[in-house]
Amino acid sequence: MSQAMTTPATQRRRERRFGMFSLLVLAGMLGVFASSTRGERATFILNDARGQLFELPDLVLPVVPTVILLSAVVAGIAARQFTRGFGSRAVVIVGVVALLFVIAFLTWAAAGGQLSVVGLLRGSLARATPIAFGAMAGVLCERAGVINIAIEGQFLAGAFTAAVVSSIAGDPWVGLIGGISAGVLVAFMLAGLSIRFQADQIVVGVVLIVFATGVTSFLNTQVLSGNPQLNSPTRFPAISVPVLSEIPLIGPVLFRQSLLVFGMIAAVIVLQYGLFQTRWGLRLRSVGEHPLAADTVGIHVLATRYKAVLLGGVFAGIGGSWWTLDAGGQFSREMTGGRGFIALAAMLVGRYSPVGAFGAALIFGFSDQLATSLQLLRVPVPSDLLLTAPYLVTIVVVAGLIGRLRVPAADGKPYVKQ
Amino acid sequence: MELELRGITKRFPGVIANDAVDLVVAPGEVHGLLGENGAGKSTLMNVLYGLYRADEGEIIIDGTPLQLDDPGDAIDAGIGMVHQHFMLVPVFTVAENIVLGVEHTRGLGRLDRARASQEVAELAERSGLPVDPDALVEELPVGIQQRVEILKALYRDARLLILDEPTAVLTPQEADDLFDAIRAFTTEGRSVIFISHKLREHRAIADRISVLRRGRIVGTADPREASEQDLANLMVGRPVELTVHKPPAEPTDSVLEVQGLRVEDAVGTPVVQDLDLQIRRGEIVAIAGVEGNGQTPLVAALTGLREVADGTVTIAGREVVGATRKQILRDGTGHVPEDRARDGLVADFSVAENLVLNLWDAEPYARRGTLQFGAINAHARELVGAYDIRTPSVGTSAGSLSGGNQQKLVVAREFARPIDLLVASQPTRGVDVGSIEYIHSQLVAKRDEGTAVLLVSSELDEVLALADRVAVMYHGRLVGPFDTPISKEAVGRMMAGADPAEVLGAAATSPTTTTTPPDDPATADGSSPGAPA
Repeated sequence: MSQAMTTPATQRRRERRFGMFSLLVLAGMLGVFASSTRGERATFILNDARGQLFELPDLVLPVVPTVILLSAVVAGIAARQFTRGFGSRAVVIVGVVALLFVIAFLTWAAAGGQLSVVGLLRGSLARATPIAFGAMAGVLCERAGVINIAIEGQFLAGAFTAAVVSSIAGDPWVGLIGGISAGVLVAFMLAGLSIRFQADQIVVGVVLIVFATGVTSFLNTQVLSGNPQLNSPTRFPAISVPVLSEIPLIGPVLFRQSLLVFGMIAAVIVLQYGLFQTRWGLRLRSVGEHPLAADTVGIHVLATRYKAVLLGGVFAGIGGSWWTLDAGGQFSREMTGGRGFIALAAMLVGRYSPVGAFGAALIFGFSDQLATSLQLLRVPVPSDLLLTAPYLVTIVVVAGLIGRLRVPAADGKPYVKQ
Repeated sequence: MELELRGITKRFPGVIANDAVDLVVAPGEVHGLLGENGAGKSTLMNVLYGLYRADEGEIIIDGTPLQLDDPGDAIDAGIGMVHQHFMLVPVFTVAENIVLGVEHTRGLGRLDRARASQEVAELAERSGLPVDPDALVEELPVGIQQRVEILKALYRDARLLILDEPTAVLTPQEADDLFDAIRAFTTEGRSVIFISHKLREHRAIADRISVLRRGRIVGTADPREASEQDLANLMVGRPVELTVHKPPAEPTDSVLEVQGLRVEDAVGTPVVQDLDLQIRRGEIVAIAGVEGNGQTPLVAALTGLREVADGTVTIAGREVVGATRKQILRDGTGHVPEDRARDGLVADFSVAENLVLNLWDAEPYARRGTLQFGAINAHARELVGAYDIRTPSVGTSAGSLSGGNQQKLVVAREFARPIDLLVASQPTRGVDVGSIEYIHSQLVAKRDEGTAVLLVSSELDEVLALADRVAVMYHGRLVGPFDTPISKEAVGRMMAGADPAEVLGAAATSPTTTTTPPDDPATADGSSPGAPA
């Protein structure tokens, strides 16, 4: 209970750590970005190819002066951090430092070339979509006291089933129902084994991931590769909101997206409201914090947990469907590439709240999209290394924030009724 | 309301927890349920509250037999329960905890938090249990948390309130407030079942007392007529000594020498400072004090569990500061820790394994790095017999024993070998009368063997019953030790920070005043360890 307590000593340690972080960022900016540039100017394109209300001028930045200016700001922050500290605002300041670093990095990367800002941001939001769905599945399960690390398995099952069903039916909506069913099926196995049979939830989660990976890979090679008509799903089209989508920069990023992206944003809002403002949410959280207390006031603990895990399966199934009904369009072996684990990280970084998890998913989505954009810019970094960016960001973010996390008290503990 | 239990029997594998229990609670009555730990009090109440299902028997409320399958049924029948371990969600507010399960909502299932807060505030006002409805439960002291539990039952219109060991977590002042609340509750024909193993409390609050022993009701008593001795005998099933028989101490050479001890917390604030203390062989020195005045860090420093910032500590001439914990224990220090469940034993280990926790790698219990279970079990069987530890076998896990027997296990382990110094911290906390009697007599026996004994206790009665010399800890500093006899009032005042010269000034000039007459109003004040500091 007292883990959230901050003594002055740990406060000092944290301030020093933030200061060191700023210095490291500074060294990176000066050492790499300012010294080895491939062009004098970086061009950021703010316009979208499609129609918009008016055109924005391209943003052209001189590389070396920009990087040096940003470095100076970071140096100032670091100096202030070491001398006086920012106290409670330190977290915000770290965010600012990280943002300045990203801008400097993009300036360096786009030197002598062009980077589409719209494409970068639009892609980030799209790639954040499955991560946010997965994280919400995690939030639902763990707030009710069931650890769900099987999100990756639910993604794969959802992606596979959505692809096949959509191909057969020729309708993405039917495909989505298929994807949801697959997510719920995996959730049902998780719920049955961990709630009814009280198996170790981590082990169950690992088993389900291995199971889903194996089954989808097997069916992919045995069935789909011989029958391509089963693996050509009809996808959700992008939807443009009239007028709003024509606002420069904001329009194409926020209002010209696929249905699943809009669905994700709606789900985040509804779930945030549901968990923290409604009777349903209060009961669900009570079951994850102190199930015996919930039982003594007449709440059915096991039923509440079952429902939470199965509803989580719905979200994870939609998240999985994103790969085949939105992004790629074809199922391929292990195509979710560990995003289920990143969803888990987003849930933790977002501190078990849907809005927080959405914010974290945006960071991960951005680093995911960035890796792709940089490949197009032919940055002199091996592409395999660039593709590890989302995982590196995961490690840094989780390591930096997870210490102050408050886990639901009964998370992972089976409830046994006498 | 009127409650009748008829022939309630509840069996667990290997144990009959309740054996054909009959119990009648009249409207408006505070019914005391007295019994040792493990007598079946909590089981009986969990049956009544629908948490356990009885194997046999009937529950009759206001003349109607009821089937209680889960707590929801019990709540509907007007039964409320305040559990020994609170059933509160720490991260929820007071109001959220109270309305959980019976929430009011507006459209879209939205919680009506404003209404909940207002209703809780009104209920708190009406029932004389003031509490802030919007405070987070985890930020409240235990006394207030218990108040929230009671309000939770009242909010559900409970007409029978079960209080399971409600005073175990309270200071004497908070306990008095609780008793006032109980009296207010029983007006208008509502009833209370009050569970405790403390005789004094039953005599203070109960209208009638039923005594439970080994799952059976062994008698019902009127607290106005039955003496504490009668009740204790009934509860334990044999005549019990409520006072400690102790010949005068015959101290010899000095064992523990502490000089200028200073212990600091994580940020460098002293929690123990300028502490000097000497204890000789054959005497019990007791440290009294309200909890949290530095007793815990002092004990930790003496047993090597905590770093010493300044000062010297020697036990029988050996330096403690800088020695490893193992060395300190092996050299001849026994330690009965304050929190037995956390520091005293390993709950999942067997009784036999727990009995050699401090000698696990020593001959004959281990040879060439291998545990010798023959020797370990033989040792355990001997101690189980000698220290009257009630356990089905020496292979039973320690966590499944009752609190009193767990404590006897710890005592047996620490007492069984020859030692120079024994440090016993709250040795009878949460332990029933029979076990208290036994542990007290063992402490005196250890003293007479020639061991120096340091007793730390927040129970003033225990301190005065056992101590040969009494010291008081207040804000990290030690006053005393003073020779006994010393008046309860004097110690009580020093626990609240009074200047010893002032308190004992009169006593020093006229030794006859050291025992305060029982009708002196100051006695009641001084006897409460929770008196405002």
